[in-house]
Amino acid sequence: MRIPCPICGTRDRREFTYQGAAELLRRPAPDAGDAAWDDYLHNRDNPCGEARDLWFHEAGCGAWLVVERDTATHEVMGAELAEKVAS
Amino acid sequence: MRIEGRGLCQSNTSVPFTFDGERLTGREGDTLAAALIANDKRVVGRSFKYHRPRGILTAGSEEPNALVTIGHGPQQDPNVRATVQELYEGLEARSQNAFPSVSFDLMAVNDLMSPFLGAGFYYKTFMWPKNFWEKLYEPIIRRAAGLGALSGLTNEDTYEKAYAFCDVLVIGAGPTGLMAALGAARAGADVIVADEDSRMGGRLLAETGEVDGKPGHAWAADIVAELATMDNVRLMHRTAVTGAYDQGTYGALERVGQHHPHQPGKPLECFWRIVARRAILCAGALERPVAFPNNDRPGIMTAGAVRAYLNRWGVVAGRKVAVFANNDGAHRTALDLMAAGVDVSAVIDSRAEAQALGDYKLFTGAQVIGTKGRKGLESLSIRQSDRTLRIEAECLAVSGGWNPSVHLACHMNGRPEWNAETLSFLPRDGMVPGMTAAGAARGQFSTAACLADGARVAKEVVIELGLTPSDTAMPRAEDRPYRIEELWAVEGRGRKWLDFQNDVHVKDVRLAAQENFRSVEHMKRYTTQGMATDQGKNSNVAALAVLADATGRGIPETGTTTFRPPYTPVSIAAMGAGSQGEGFAPKRVTTSHTASVDRGAPMIEAGLWYRPSYFPKPDERTWQESCNREVTMVRNAVGICDVSTLGKIDIQGPDAAAFLDFVYTNTFSTLKVGRVRYGLMLREDGHVMDDGTTARMGKSHFVMTTTTAAAGLVMRHLAWVSQALRPDLDVVFTSATEQWAQFAVAGPKSRDLLDAVVDGGIDPESWPFMACGEVDVMGVRGRLFRISFSGEHAYEIAVPAGYGAALYRVLLAQAETMGGGAYGMEALNVMRIEKGHITHAEIHGRTTAFDIGFEGMVSKKTDCVGFSASRRPGLLEESREQLVGLHPVDPAGKLTAGAHLFEDRAEPVRTNDHGYVTSVCHSPTLGHDLALGFLTNGRARHGETIKMVDHLRGVTTLARVCDPVFFDKEGARVRG
Amino acid sequence: MANLVALSPCEGLLPQTIGAVTIAEIDPGPVTAILPFKGQDKAVGEALKSALGLGFPAPGRSQSKGGARAIWVGKGEALLMGAACPDLAGAACVDQSDAWCVVEIVGDRAEDVLARLVPLDLRASQFKRGHTARTLLGRMTASATRSGAKAFEIMVFRSMAETLVEELTRAAGAVAARG
Repeated sequence: MRIPCPICGTRDRREFTYQGAAELLRRPAPDAGDAAWDDYLHNRDNPCGEARDLWFHEAGCGAWLVVERDTATHEVMGAELAEKVAS
Repeated sequence: MRIEGRGLCQSNTSVPFTFDGERLTGREGDTLAAALIANDKRVVGRSFKYHRPRGILTAGSEEPNALVTIGHGPQQDPNVRATVQELYEGLEARSQNAFPSVSFDLMAVNDLMSPFLGAGFYYKTFMWPKNFWEKLYEPIIRRAAGLGALSGLTNEDTYEKAYAFCDVLVIGAGPTGLMAALGAARAGADVIVADEDSRMGGRLLAETGEVDGKPGHAWAADIVAELATMDNVRLMHRTAVTGAYDQGTYGALERVGQHHPHQPGKPLECFWRIVARRAILCAGALERPVAFPNNDRPGIMTAGAVRAYLNRWGVVAGRKVAVFANNDGAHRTALDLMAAGVDVSAVIDSRAEAQALGDYKLFTGAQVIGTKGRKGLESLSIRQSDRTLRIEAECLAVSGGWNPSVHLACHMNGRPEWNAETLSFLPRDGMVPGMTAAGAARGQFSTAACLADGARVAKEVVIELGLTPSDTAMPRAEDRPYRIEELWAVEGRGRKWLDFQNDVHVKDVRLAAQENFRSVEHMKRYTTQGMATDQGKNSNVAALAVLADATGRGIPETGTTTFRPPYTPVSIAAMGAGSQGEGFAPKRVTTSHTASVDRGAPMIEAGLWYRPSYFPKPDERTWQESCNREVTMVRNAVGICDVSTLGKIDIQGPDAAAFLDFVYTNTFSTLKVGRVRYGLMLREDGHVMDDGTTARMGKSHFVMTTTTAAAGLVMRHLAWVSQALRPDLDVVFTSATEQWAQFAVAGPKSRDLLDAVVDGGIDPESWPFMACGEVDVMGVRGRLFRISFSGEHAYEIAVPAGYGAALYRVLLAQAETMGGGAYGMEALNVMRIEKGHITHAEIHGRTTAFDIGFEGMVSKKTDCVGFSASRRPGLLEESREQLVGLHPVDPAGKLTAGAHLFEDRAEPVRTNDHGYVTSVCHSPTLGHDLALGFLTNGRARHGETIKMVDHLRGVTTLARVCDPVFFDKEGARVRG
Repeated sequence: MANLVALSPCEGLLPQTIGAVTIAEIDPGPVTAILPFKGQDKAVGEALKSALGLGFPAPGRSQSKGGARAIWVGKGEALLMGAACPDLAGAACVDQSDAWCVVEIVGDRAEDVLARLVPLDLRASQFKRGHTARTLLGRMTASATRSGAKAFEIMVFRSMAETLVEELTRAAGAVAARG
């Protein structure tokens, strides 16, 4: 598997650490309530098809990425910096 | 039998080797299989299940029968295909799966029992009684059935892994592959040509046809020579592409050092990961046998293999040869043999309309219905219309047609498509993104069609890569039609073998269908069709045709089983190359490593780091004695310990303080410059992630310390917080762990020691507890932190790592003049338990700030990571297991880590569990064992007597629950 | 009192010549990690330029001027090597002079040796002189820079110097043994 890091170019997946669904970027407000926090912490879709995942380019530039890929075909459609998505 | 004057290698160098201990000679350029045929060795192995004598079937990597063991001792290599193994001087080969020998095998009794051993026999027979399976049946079956064995000794041979990158990967270097490579290379693409053979040319090396007016093999040699001169081409011989993976990654196994006598240091194999923008699959096709009664007798081979052995190696597997086929191509076998002066007794063609291509005896509309011969083929019976004839032959060349090698095209879950014209499965476009099949791999079977297809696909690919295709003239070559008629199995008495390696015959497949294992995947599991080293390369298509017939469905509906990597077997040693022993993980050593080892300290692993466990004195017999002395030494004088392994992160920026307020539960913006504060870090789910001290070196400059274990994790977390959660904050950070060698100087004499080492000495007023700042140490700018993990008056002193070894020596020498010295991890651990300091034994991922009694550190108004989740009711209940101290009621009582806690009179079973012990030590300071652990509602139970039970070690001890701080609760020593 | 004496990370381990490659330790001189604060990239680059004649390197690139070099080592981070760090108000400047083990591998087979350890496309057409990457070497995080047609500079953390030398010499030995 190869991931197109927006900073480094396409690299071997060994350089990356997987984190989970990109929903982790949507952190609720501190007072959003237990249900919102429970959802944020624990509930994930398990899509067959397009998915948005977080990967950390740990052995590369150190950027957190949102990688768009297809869990059925393994196609990687693209990646962007989590920083850009978040801000 | 060797045919003089035939074969591509005309050097007469003879190569001595042994087979089952017998000294034989082959010729340079031979494979082991060719050399065995030259020496008239017919039986080369025994089949997996029935131990039937088997001979060589093919001339390639698809070989199911001729599996041998090469070498002996630690280098013994089982299941080597004799058809792939190149001959070299002194090669030592042994047959497998036979006792005492391949020609007389006692286990062949299985064959007599075969009426009882059909498909599903094991499933049906050994179901009951249940426990007999593991104890009785399985060991017996395992011994009787099997392939070669490993030596059981440690193999010290070298293996490699490597990466390669290219624009175009050409898989296979037959006529198609060579044309494809030429087209891509001449257009300027970076090309890798990977071919599993020792010599490139594919079928051109096995056939007599001409290409461009010269023998096919000579044309191939010319193209290979041209490719070899091009800088943009890499020719990889002996390299089988074994798998197609995501995003243009291909796995390939190169045989590096297996074709000559062992050369120390030279790798045996290299496992390649090749990344290619485009790949052209030119893997050719594999010939399939026909299932007819007793078709497994040694001497029966595929027709293409017979031609390969004759034309490439100059050997024939018998004095009289017959041919049995359902297509035109196989007739060439008779022509080639006759031209070489070999007696061809008959060509038996199942097609009624078949035409003879030469002067040989042709039986049309005929089938082979039986074979005879004790250790190998002697004669065949054939049926033509209603008459039966006997034909003498020591070798039968069989062809049931060709199966395109679509395997790699199917590795990403694509299914090939049935083609009724060629009676074969062909790859569809786009099955593997970036890969295109060409030539015989997509059903183009004439040489001319292959050459043209290779050139065509190359042109397509270079245009896609944005290059300009060059004009390459198309070489002339044979372009005969394929002409094939369906023939999978011949009816008649006797077993009609499909899968030679796993002993599956036609009746087994029909039985599977009859018992309703109608899916091809179920049939495979029920019969073992297509398993093991050859994965049914010769037999899968015929087997599913038989299944299709038995279930009354067509072949397209029946479909194929799933093709999975690897295409050919890959040794684990190659995939794991470089990971034996210490190669498994990098080794991180501190600057004091050599000094510690010189002092006899056993080193223990802490993550990737190596740290000294204790420093034994000559009169100390146990680690405990050394540890006790070191603890007492620190508590009474001074000790030195390398703490460089703790993570140090340099954090700067206008918002550095705000950033720390967000990642720690407690506030750092209020910390004064020149001071250190303890901080607790939570995960977003409210559980503790890590702890450590952070020093404020300047207004917007902090140095964070993490635990050794969590340094990488915390770095990742900080990157996450700054990039994903708080991109608004203006803060930057980088690891400074490796820049500094840092030593704890702990004990009542620590200040005196540093006074002698630090330039200008230590002024007590300027260095209160939790102070930090820069100092000069013997002419070197360093840092000093007055912090303590031991509970003593202590400092940590840091210098740039280059000076670490020197400073450690100075500190030790100084300490030793003061009754102090080095201490290791054991003593460090005892002292932190005496002080109730937590480590990752306590913050193990399931504990909250509340559990360890630090919930006060989370009580704040502003948000931080883990703040919201830590307020969830379930994480704040009194009934949670809370951190407590434990000491034995009887001072001699033993406490053990991992033990569980129960009420005194309760039965020690899971339902009565009240908690567990996380850390234990023997405290020389207090004279008894101490423990930290988690106890239900523990903070309210100080003073209670509890029963500690260690089921694993069989220890039961009564212990008293107490505060986790056992020693100097007021902290007088640390501040003194 | 005598002054402390410094040791290099690969003290006693290098140089070694194996087949067609030579592996030698390099003294990088002073090393400073430069991390510009928000919106300060340009100002920091200009300040570097006026002080040393080289700018803040783009991702995957390095620059050199005289004895000074600037190597990109990660998102928003470069290492200034071989020159004292000038005063840069807009960036964090962190001394890393002792943090890295720096070696150069030179020779006809240098690329082949690294191909056994680094999952990176090192072809001269893709990874040109001055190109740099953060990547893996074996199981270590590393920085790799092409320093010449047949030369690469490799950096790993100091504590892993011994493993780096072991990995490189083992790979070089296997490459050499192929002849």
